Amino acid sequence: MAEANSVSGTPESRRPLSPHLQIYRPMLTMMMSIMHRITGGALYVGTLLLAWWLIALAKDANAFAIANGFLSSIIGRLVMFGFTWSLFHHLMGGLRHFVWEAGHGMEHPQREYLAQATLAGGLVLTVLVWIVAYMVR
Amino acid sequence: MSNNANSIRTPLARVRHLGSARSGTRDIWWMRVTSVALVPLTLGFVWLVLSVVGKDYKAARDIMSGVLPSLLMLLFIGAGVYHMKLGMKVIIEDYVHGEHSKTWTLLLNEFFCYAVGLACIYAVLRIGFV
Repeated sequence: MAEANSVSGTPESRRPLSPHLQIYRPMLTMMMSIMHRITGGALYVGTLLLAWWLIALAKDANAFAIANGFLSSIIGRLVMFGFTWSLFHHLMGGLRHFVWEAGHGMEHPQREYLAQATLAGGLVLTVLVWIVAYMVR
Repeated sequence: MSNNANSIRTPLARVRHLGSARSGTRDIWWMRVTSVALVPLTLGFVWLVLSVVGKDYKAARDIMSGVLPSLLMLLFIGAGVYHMKLGMKVIIEDYVHGEHSKTWTLLLNEFFCYAVGLACIYAVLRIGFV
């Protein structure tokens, strides 16, 4: 921890300083932490799409055709792919947090494996779901 | 309330009533509760979406108006929206520092989550009942 000016200054400036983000070398565990937040934020915005689709289905065939038309367009598919990946990546990150909260997986090799599993699990599940989606449609 | 010299709380924080209200773990607890619930609910939601992919209006509506799909959607939306409200609250508290901008952003978060949640729940109920 960096030392702040010890005697003089306001109470705020005398508090210990935490090292800032820029001084760290990018690491997988750190990237997974950041991605957990970003995917969470993406899912937050993505609920608008879910709401749109549900309202369209509740309304009539016309509204549903418009919503479905967007979602099955190229851009719509890209957005939905991103949504699927965000969902699974965030889900995997959540499972990793359960492991941590049980008191496991915080030591050096384990936390790297967990970070790798989060990344791989999210990607694999996303691709699997899209393969199934193209098979059933 | 501690007034001793070793307290890390500033006099200003005490004046503003900032600090323990003895409910500091409520958000953390509900984040965990919704997290656990969302594991099976998310898998169910993905399953449901896959069963609707490529269907026309009539078929999609028939599937989504079923009792179990409706219940699944209501639980998923309820747990999901509360979960994301708590998550966004933490993000705002981490990155928005101005007193007024923080209050307003937190307020917007509440409004957005309740509006989206209610819109989804209303739509699911209407699909099921109308």
